[in-house]
Amino acid sequence: MSVLVYVENVQGQFKKSAFEVVSYAKAIADQLNTNLVALSIGQTTNDELSNLGKYGASKVLNAGSLNAFDSQAYASVIAEASQKEGAEVVVMANSFSGKGLSPRVAVKLKAGLVAGAVELPQIAGGKFSVKKSAYSGKAFAQVSLSSAVKVIALNANAYQVKDGGSAASVADFQAANAVSKVKVKEVVRATDKISLPEAELVVSAGRGMKGPENWNLVENLADALGAATACSKPVSDAGWRPHEEHVGQTGIAVSPNLYIAIGISGAIQHLAGVSSSKTIVVINKDPEAPFFKVADYGIVGDAMEVLPKLTEAVKAYKGQS
Amino acid sequence: MKILVCISNVPDTTTKITFTSNNTEFNTAGVQYILNPYDEIALSRAIELCEGGKGTVTVINVGEASTEPTIRKALAIGADDAVRINAAPRDAYFVAYQIAEYAKEQGFDMILAGRESIDHNGAQVPAMIAEFLDIPSISVIKKLDFDGSTATINREIEGGKEVVEVSAPFVASCAEGVAEWKIPNMRGIMSARTKPLQVIEAKNIDQLSAVEVYETPAPRSAVKMVDAADMTGLVNLLHTEAKVI
Ligand SMILES: Cc1cc2nc3c(=O)[nH]c(=O)nc-3n(C[C@H](O)[C@H](O)[C@H](O)COP(=O)(O)OP(=O)(O)OC[C@H]3O[C@@H](n4cnc5c(N)ncnc54)[C@H](O)[C@@H]3O)c2cc1C
Ligand SMILES: Nc1ncnc2c1ncn2[C@@H]1O[C@H](COP(=O)(O)O)[C@@H](O)[C@H]1O
Repeated sequence: MSVLVYVENVQGQFKKSAFEVVSYAKAIADQLNTNLVALSIGQTTNDELSNLGKYGASKVLNAGSLNAFDSQAYASVIAEASQKEGAEVVVMANSFSGKGLSPRVAVKLKAGLVAGAVELPQIAGGKFSVKKSAYSGKAFAQVSLSSAVKVIALNANAYQVKDGGSAASVADFQAANAVSKVKVKEVVRATDKISLPEAELVVSAGRGMKGPENWNLVENLADALGAATACSKPVSDAGWRPHEEHVGQTGIAVSPNLYIAIGISGAIQHLAGVSSSKTIVVINKDPEAPFFKVADYGIVGDAMEVLPKLTEAVKAYKGQS
Repeated sequence: MKILVCISNVPDTTTKITFTSNNTEFNTAGVQYILNPYDEIALSRAIELCEGGKGTVTVINVGEASTEPTIRKALAIGADDAVRINAAPRDAYFVAYQIAEYAKEQGFDMILAGRESIDHNGAQVPAMIAEFLDIPSISVIKKLDFDGSTATINREIEGGKEVVEVSAPFVASCAEGVAEWKIPNMRGIMSARTKPLQVIEAKNIDQLSAVEVYETPAPRSAVKMVDAADMTGLVNLLHTEAKVI
């Protein structure tokens, strides 16, 4: 018996969300009194791999020869490794690629799946259940899994990274049936940008910004904070910002530590995707804007005036700390 | 060309979500149902690809008779025919199995679905269908072209975008960018009533997961107002009180 965690690398490197899933999987392994085995697919370095031990992996399997992401091929590697290691629980991130992978792995292993987990499982008296977000963040569901093997895909920012372990041993892993049928023609990476779904700080703006020409105010604040930028749906519909920045019920769901909403009214569809943020700051010139009802801090004022002041204040704070 | 589009029937996006029976069941009282917005995007693209007699679009839903207005809406938008697997969806595994069982002998070039359903938010069904059929699946796609045998697809990846090629048959789950939402016209609405809607009984399969209980997020404490002139004060609060910077 064991717990297996699939750890996703971005261009050979593991990022914070990878350490989150390893830490989470380690906690499950502890609950079950067993070992944590990590699996990495694609090229990385030995240092990156053995470093996963710090977050709790006792062994790291390296399927280094497979490269371009294809959910069908990757899922068969993960399923094969899980079977070989006798994994009872298989954990991965509920990221873009994780969303394509976890359902396939679940079907291969005839395993119940919880995608979008936000807490550790409750394991007691032969029962195994996991809390996940549901109804676009408007609710949570406690889902019980009755299969022998369970698959869990963890939401970003839902579990805190815990380190303290030591380097793990690394072993090569060759999967028998991993054939990729998807051909990657081109990859475009925005390397200077902070990935929105996993950002800890998000600066988001809506129609109150009046037009794309004012977005430098939003970007300046985001730069000063080291935050990702986001927007409301009408803003991306109008082409002021790219669709990848649209958050809400029909966009990306985020749960950062800090969400700053500027000139966004707070429609229910917008709130659905952002309401699990830890702290919400709302800047709006209308004191009756519905967003204030779910805010922790509110500022009534004109964004064009408030934003430069806030950016200055953040810079001053960063300068002295 | 034959395209299958998976459609789900979900609560309208303005719905306030509440539960009954000790929080074990979704409270459907007064809830309006709609075609899942992402599925509408998938359907719109399927219709565009088949325009001018280049193919047919079939929509499929796993649901009870109460979902038929949503299926008729899809027909009004422009699907050629519809299939309803007559069962209350139990979990994604159940739904995907039913759709895969239907699709396996039909020779579809592609199966399109939404990125996720806005009720359960599993983003599970499309990739599960693909695994049951042992064909490729591409999740969260932004653009889709098809030359009759090979599709060129833009998809989102962590921190960027990727262009991939895949041969039919495959499954893709669609997000914004793939197509614009289409509004049904009068002719579409009229013809939807007479388009074929086949009802098939569900097959048996083990249930692997079940919702035990729902909860709604804890209410936030009252908002603290900060003067617009005092942004240094706000930064201090974020640092010392909220501890987020
Ligand atoms: C099916 C469906 C799905 C949807 N999904 C989403 C979704 O996922 N995400 C989403 O965001 N929306 C979604 N919407 C749209 C949603 O209902 C709202 O229309 C949208 O969120 C409003 O965007 P907004 O707040 O930017 O614009 P508005 O509602 O126009 O609000 C602008 C706000 O800016 C304030 N303002 C104006 N000028 C200034 C200024 N100078 N300084 C400060 N404040 C100012 C105003 O007081 C106002 O509160 C969806 C709608 C539907 C029907
Ligand atoms: N009951 C259903 N019937 C048909 N298609 C469905 C059903 N549930 C989900 N789907 C499809 O699968 C996609 C993802 O749904 P989900 O896995 O529930 O997030 C949806 O956008 C639909 O295209």
